Amino acid sequence: MTVQSYGKAIRDGFAYLLENHPETFVIGQGLWSPWYVGSSMTELEKEFGKERVIDTPVSEWACTSAAVGASLFGKKPIVVHPRMDFMIFATDSLVNQAAKWSHMLGGQAHPGLTVRGIINRGGEQGAQHSQSLQSWYAHIPGLRVVMPYTPQDARDLLIAATLCPDPVLYIDDRWLYEQEAQMPPAKDIDLTTIKNEVIREGADITLAGCSWGTHLAMEAAAQLEEDGISCEVVDLRVLNPFDGEALIQSVRKTGRLVAIDASWKTCGIASEAITRVVEAIEPRLLRSSPLRITLPDAPAPSSSRLEAIYYPKSAQVVATVKQMLN
Amino acid sequence: MTLNRLGTLADPNSFQDPLDLRNTPDEVAFEMLYRMALIRRAEEQIAEMVLAGEIKCPCHFAIGQEAPAVGISMHLRATDRGFGAHRSHSHYLASGGSVDKLFAEVLGRATGASHGMGGSMHLFGEGTAFAGSVPIVAGTVPLAVGAALAAKLDGSGDVGIAYFGDGACEEGIVHESLNLAATMKLPVIFLVENNLYSSHLDINLRQPSDRVARFGEAHGMATEVVDGNDVVKMASVAGRLIERARAGEGPGFIEAVTYRWLGHVGPDANIDVGLRRSAEEVSAWKKRDPIARLEAALLARGVEQGDINALKDNAERAAKDARKKAYDAPWPKETDLLDFVYASGGAK
Repeated sequence: MTVQSYGKAIRDGFAYLLENHPETFVIGQGLWSPWYVGSSMTELEKEFGKERVIDTPVSEWACTSAAVGASLFGKKPIVVHPRMDFMIFATDSLVNQAAKWSHMLGGQAHPGLTVRGIINRGGEQGAQHSQSLQSWYAHIPGLRVVMPYTPQDARDLLIAATLCPDPVLYIDDRWLYEQEAQMPPAKDIDLTTIKNEVIREGADITLAGCSWGTHLAMEAAAQLEEDGISCEVVDLRVLNPFDGEALIQSVRKTGRLVAIDASWKTCGIASEAITRVVEAIEPRLLRSSPLRITLPDAPAPSSSRLEAIYYPKSAQVVATVKQMLN
Repeated sequence: MTLNRLGTLADPNSFQDPLDLRNTPDEVAFEMLYRMALIRRAEEQIAEMVLAGEIKCPCHFAIGQEAPAVGISMHLRATDRGFGAHRSHSHYLASGGSVDKLFAEVLGRATGASHGMGGSMHLFGEGTAFAGSVPIVAGTVPLAVGAALAAKLDGSGDVGIAYFGDGACEEGIVHESLNLAATMKLPVIFLVENNLYSSHLDINLRQPSDRVARFGEAHGMATEVVDGNDVVKMASVAGRLIERARAGEGPGFIEAVTYRWLGHVGPDANIDVGLRRSAEEVSAWKKRDPIARLEAALLARGVEQGDINALKDNAERAAKDARKKAYDAPWPKETDLLDFVYASGGAK
């Protein structure tokens, strides 16, 4: 076991894949620039060569689609979008092409590419540099969507996504890069064996989140423990196909649910989490109405004054839980 | 500044003469004639089935523009990687796609090219140089670039082929794809079938020049403009560019000027919805028929009309047999609806 940060764990994932799987390559903008991708890809091109770690012209759409094309011929490409706002240009590649090729060609063509969309927000970056678009993409059948919260998942989900024969959108969050954890050595992982899971046991209430949302849930759970409130936290790391089992079992036990997503409210992951639960469990088991904590339905502001009220905080989770328990 | 234009290449009253077969052996000419005849006869049958209401999926016909697909296919091997769009029966068949599977596919049957999941616009040429087609215009152009990137990484010498139309050149992804292919020196051929119309709109209402080769030239790649109704010239140009690409000399761009006898979609000629397209224009282009011109050249060389007719009859028989078989083919299973979503199964 070694201690590793989230950002460096991503780099470990890349290094493991490039070392052990010659059919993998990485393509995108800024890959030779530590400035673009933080600690997560430092000097990979020096270690593995510019043939396999490819920095490209400004072409989000062509790079993503080219990865789809390459994946149809035995390659396992990972496309990196240093800011997922810009990969909206590549939405056709993901929604119309990658997600559909297997189905519309009768299961004969499988684009097994991975697209890494990085969330990078705050610091007055404004509306087009701040988006968390997981809910959009999780809506698309055929496209797997994963979002690591723990440093180990940051590495392992990257490996699992890349080795998966399906197209996978892997979304990592720069606000998590400094988190640290003990990690076992890397190994091959089958993505279909990875489930959403309880990462903190509790009895009074279930907090469900993904990525930064899980981080807020964990912070809130620690604070609430001091007040004698026992929170169970479910990490939603697999968003599509949505795995609701651990969540449903948890709420069956606690009878209460707060769903947290650091993206917008309407038609979002928090809505999906609540729906899965209320569809599955007997109404009498719910001890109060489920609630969600999300961004307000507004684009990200630039002004730091507005940013301060825009992003949810763990204090808001704490207050919501206390209100629900009273 | 005045842009280059196609000039007489876009004029149906030019280029009506028999083809120049001096460097084309009989067997090659016969092969090209058969492939073009098969595309035409198959599409004529499919058009009848659409008119009869037997086929419901949108069918976009390439009747009249068989030559570009057939010309390039003479240089392709099964490991090459062609990607098409909505009008791709021709690319699929020219690449060696099964005519039986084409008919089963347009009827939505499990024995179809895409196991009945795709219809006319989604064709998969298993074991051929046709890797798939989808109707989002220009959407497959970068896929061919990526397939070429994979070939380059493997050093396989295979090429990617992007089949697209003049309309696709109006979409931004074509520019990104050309730039990426040129800067990375990828073995990919961009084959534009410029049939002068995108849906109902004349190219002169959509672009400042009717000559789309300017996009290839702007990206510094080997670019050729060719009479797209001349299968011999088409094959010769394609052969040159494919050879370069296989040798690692980078991408090529071919503008094949051609014309579809039928409308954008379905079996009528669209002379009622076109802003310029007229019955006169369509009949003028029919005189520039790629099949008739090859046939005339063979006759001039002394080939017997009977031999040519026998070959065309074979193509017709293959199409009619395929049609007959397709009606009896089974439907997809209901479970296919979920089973084909993911390759890895797991959580569906």
